[in-house]
Amino acid sequence: MMRGVSQLLTMALIAVATAAPANAQDAPTAPAQRWSFDGPFGSFDLAAAQRGFQVYSEVCAVCHAMQYLHYRDLAGVGLNEEQIKAIAAAVTVPQGLNDQGEPKEGPGTPASQFRSPFPNDQAKRAAHNGALPPDLSLIVNAREGHADYLYALLTSFADAPPGMQMQDGMNYNKFFPGHQIAMPPPLQDGRVTYADGTPATVEQMAHDVVTFLTWAANPEMVERKQIGWRWVLFFLIMTGLTYAVKRKVWSDVH
Amino acid sequence: MAGLNKSEFTNPVVNWIDTRLPIFTMMQTEYGTFPTPRNFNYFWNFGALAMVTMMIMIATGIFLAMNYQPNAELAFGSIQHIMRDVNYGWLLRYVHQNGASMFFIVTYIHIFRGMYYGSYKSPRELLWMIGVVILLIMMATAFMGYVLPWGQMSYWGATVITNLFSAFPIVGQPIVTWLWGGFSVDNATLNRFFSLHYLLPFVLVGVVFLHIAALHVVGSNNPLGIDVKSPQDTVPFHPYYTVKDSVGLCVFFIVYAVLVFFAPNFLGDANNFIPANPLQTPADIVPEWYFLPYYAILRSVPNKLLGVCMMFGSILILFVLPWLDTSRVRSARFRPIYRQIIWVWVVAVIALGVCGAHKPEGIWVVISRVATLYYFLHFLVILPILGKLERPLPLPESISRPVIGGGGPMPSGATAKPMEKA
Ligand code: HEC
Ligand code: HEM
Repeated sequence: MMRGVSQLLTMALIAVATAAPANAQDAPTAPAQRWSFDGPFGSFDLAAAQRGFQVYSEVCAVCHAMQYLHYRDLAGVGLNEEQIKAIAAAVTVPQGLNDQGEPKEGPGTPASQFRSPFPNDQAKRAAHNGALPPDLSLIVNAREGHADYLYALLTSFADAPPGMQMQDGMNYNKFFPGHQIAMPPPLQDGRVTYADGTPATVEQMAHDVVTFLTWAANPEMVERKQIGWRWVLFFLIMTGLTYAVKRKVWSDVH
Repeated sequence: MAGLNKSEFTNPVVNWIDTRLPIFTMMQTEYGTFPTPRNFNYFWNFGALAMVTMMIMIATGIFLAMNYQPNAELAFGSIQHIMRDVNYGWLLRYVHQNGASMFFIVTYIHIFRGMYYGSYKSPRELLWMIGVVILLIMMATAFMGYVLPWGQMSYWGATVITNLFSAFPIVGQPIVTWLWGGFSVDNATLNRFFSLHYLLPFVLVGVVFLHIAALHVVGSNNPLGIDVKSPQDTVPFHPYYTVKDSVGLCVFFIVYAVLVFFAPNFLGDANNFIPANPLQTPADIVPEWYFLPYYAILRSVPNKLLGVCMMFGSILILFVLPWLDTSRVRSARFRPIYRQIIWVWVVAVIALGVCGAHKPEGIWVVISRVATLYYFLHFLVILPILGKLERPLPLPESISRPVIGGGGPMPSGATAKPMEKA
């Protein structure tokens, strides 16, 4: 009887738990997209990640830093040494002090950190109406919904519904908690020109930049999954073997 | 009485050492021939699993500490340095991070095993109480470890939990200031938490040693909950339980690996990928999953001081469990009512865990209050009364009776090496 009661209780709990409201500020759950990196076998679509890097550097980098990345890391999206050197050399990065003790700048090297658009947070806020464009190195991991949320956010800028009071300089986006975001819609069709001829629609660019940002937040992912498979298979076999030995050892007891 | 140990080891080096410091003899008697009830089920794996997890935590922790910076300006970045630049740093870190979860999973199951089979009852009360001390040290260690990456949840979790002490009248606020080493969670707090996070695991090792020492005095309980009566009731620990524990260990490593390699952040909080920001409070501050039930108890009580007392009380009450449970029968198998209501208690704890993850609003307050009430009712009212009212089933005569299916007593050469017979 009691077991019946506890089963009922459990079921009721699960029912309540799943019926809970998704988000306090009623932003809808971002619809799931298909990503190359999904699932235990997923890996990064490198062409998409490279295009995503282009979107980041031509569009997002005006406002967003990625301080935990170095240009050399781009080998992870399949760029070769020459390409990386060229990319790094094309940006101007701080290089400590000169002989007069003044801050010095110069062309980047593969060892340079990604260039930050602003020297500090105050400067960032000053340029954006008090809002802070967050660092994008970890942004995919730092938001519930991860890649799906980012994609939804980037593709869902729209006019505010009639009757909604928008604050100055804010933009309507139904996926952003509170629906008012200080970031102006960053992507418009044809905003970048892809070298491989892929049409640069908003959806395509969002997809690419999110692939790039997912790689940036989890550069170890592919290697991690590969090692994981080996580890799991090894211990599956070991479980079988040890169990067989166990049966053997215990055969004189049972 | 001084004197040399008569060592039975034939290897001259081992013998020489063992004669002067009988550690090999000790290992042999405590882990080799140690007589162990023959009827353990797989629930008895979890102590060994907790031991292995503890060693993994210490090993990975020491290597993390080589690259970690306990400084409020640098901590978050140093974790990213570990994740991106240190060779296999991501592996170390994910093994350590998810290891904390695995540690709590196996320890909670281990504790449940003790509750189900009455392992806390005489003569194992002290063994059980040392176990509760272990749980407390683990919790302190994990709490301080979670502060180290200095993300938003680290910072705000530390703020909320340390602030709990301010609920105590008069001494409360000074205690909090003392814990912080300042007037808010800051660099000083991070520094001391790192120091303590490095220290406590080694204290844990010491207490675990006592736990095992006590175990080896009173002996293991078993699923029947009856005493060992004759050598026929036991088998030597090695090879019987070394091999059985190995099976469990392999399965444990599979589960652990799935977490580490395929879902390393599944149990984490997205907010901890944002650097600590004292000026911006996250929408909801939630602790790691293994603290959720206590957190729910805390938040279910409208009075802060009472909530804090009940939260700590929910663990401290385990210290007196051996005396709250008045039944002399250990195993739930022979306690027809207890074996049902223990599951109601489990459901209450899980319910509290679910509530802890939600803001204390609406239905969640109701559920967490009912569950909190039941949690304490179970220990303070049901167990004491049940022991008097319940009519236990007849206990078997001995351990060997029900398990040896007419096969007669065990062969005396119980240490037989299995491989020889293959
Ligand atoms: C004109 C400057 C600007 C550009 C260009 C820009 N952003 Fe932003 N972004 C911002 C600001 C400002 C915020 C902070 C918004 C807020 O908090 O209201 C922000 C916020 C974000 C967020 C965080 C949303 C959240 O959930 O908090 C993401 C993700 C993001 N931007 C991605 C991008 C990507 C990807 C691009 C390039 C395609 C981009 N941004 C281009 C200014 C910009
Ligand atoms: C008893 C065992 C231990 C437990 C339960 C434990 C628990 C934790 C937890 C929960 C974290 C936070 C993980 C995260 O979110 O990133 C952490 C981090 C850390 N621990 Fe431990 N730990 C233990 C032992 C140790 C030891 C012995 C050391 C060092 C000697 C250590 C060093 C560290 C360091 C440097 C970090 C910060 C790095 C990081 O956050 O990944 N830990 N620990």
